[in-house]
Amino acid sequence: MTQGLTLEEVREFVEKSLSSKIPRSVVEELISVLSRYLDKLTIEDLMKIVKSVEEEYNENLVDPGEPVGIVTAQSIGEPSTQMTLRTFHYAGVRELNVTLGLPRLIELVDAKKVPSTPLTYVYLEEPYKYDRDKAMEIARKIELTRVANVVSRVDIDLVANAIILSLDPDMLRDKGVDVDTVIQVLRKSIKKADIAVNQENPYEVVIQYKEPINPLKAEKIRDRILNTKLKGIKGINKVIIQRRGNEYVLVCEGSNLRELMDVEGVDHRKIRTNNIKEVEEVLGIEAARTLLIEEIANVLEEQGLEVDIRHIMLVADMMTRTGSVKQIGRHGIAGSKESPLARASFEVTVKNLADAAVRGGVDNLKGVAESVIVGNYAPIGTAIVKLVYNPYIKVE
Amino acid sequence: MVSKRGSSVSQKILEHELVPKHEVVSLKEGLEVLKKYGIKPDQLPWIKANDPVAKAIGAKPGDIVKVVRKTPWGGEIVVYRYVVP
Repeated sequence: MTQGLTLEEVREFVEKSLSSKIPRSVVEELISVLSRYLDKLTIEDLMKIVKSVEEEYNENLVDPGEPVGIVTAQSIGEPSTQMTLRTFHYAGVRELNVTLGLPRLIELVDAKKVPSTPLTYVYLEEPYKYDRDKAMEIARKIELTRVANVVSRVDIDLVANAIILSLDPDMLRDKGVDVDTVIQVLRKSIKKADIAVNQENPYEVVIQYKEPINPLKAEKIRDRILNTKLKGIKGINKVIIQRRGNEYVLVCEGSNLRELMDVEGVDHRKIRTNNIKEVEEVLGIEAARTLLIEEIANVLEEQGLEVDIRHIMLVADMMTRTGSVKQIGRHGIAGSKESPLARASFEVTVKNLADAAVRGGVDNLKGVAESVIVGNYAPIGTAIVKLVYNPYIKVE
Repeated sequence: MVSKRGSSVSQKILEHELVPKHEVVSLKEGLEVLKKYGIKPDQLPWIKANDPVAKAIGAKPGDIVKVVRKTPWGGEIVVYRYVVP
């Protein structure tokens, strides 16, 4: 008895019976698989299939009381012991060092303020995306250029009360700056001096001070001049243009999301950095969580370790639970545990116990670590169920 | 100029691919969520009131924010965060 069903009938039945119980993507996948066998499918078969899919799904859910945190700790901890201790690795970009492996993993779970190698990937918008010259234009605009980058030599003339900067024509061309810009920027930052180009040499800038230069402060003045910003964005120290597929991507050493997102031609939807704290500040806690998961997964994958993403998601969820990124460890998650015994069993035992004694800390012995210490059943698995007998309850 | 920049960026962050969809839920829906999980509001994960996204959608302390996350395996998952000062 073959009675083919139409795709609409299958879809309707599956959606009606499953869509409230199992995730959207599973439902879609089931429908797409079923659509291949439409002519052989009967309504009885369909009912059986739907029922067994639901059973299978429920079978694979985490059981109540399952110690997911301990499973996560072991599932990440064991592969980490296999990681190479080598700190630096050239990942894709020859010109840049990127911290990877164990040091990077430690950096991530310790929620460091600034990563040891901050990087930003700047994706570009339409007119700049496919054109190397236009991409270069933006790269020049965002790269931080100081006076020091275009100067080949600085002379301090204490007799004539002047500081003479010799500019390097090659560097000027490379950075896309001309002598006039340098002079204008310097005029803005130095008030007490006349600034002009040397008549004999167009690449020599003379800063003629009105008051005599104090020889003791000459070093300081020199450093201030050299550190003057010509153009660019603070924090973006080096920009490299990289080709990805058919578009150009700017890889920047350093990060400054807030200002980069505002630059014209930068795709503010796709810009990426590896600085978790900065993402938290600029894009919010949920973005920080997503990035944290991605970064940890990348580190592990790069080392050839297979860790299920759900474990990493649990770690990221715990780190971002309070609305800001907290490290794992005694200044973060482990340190915010309520039980003094659980804290003492982690790190700095004596200090935690002494503090608890001084302040009259109370331990309810509800958690896993405390239960293990005093020899109770840990509230894990079946031991999580508590039964209370109430002799006063009335039964009709 | 600084204030102008602030406002334009706050719209841009909502479009960023790392930022999932956030929205403030109504009181009724919030109570339903709490009842479903059997918890008090502060047992939800928190989001700070000065979080850039919370500011952009105008969430105030005491609100519950609904976040629709995209999972890596293609589905969507709904989580709630409690706005704290």
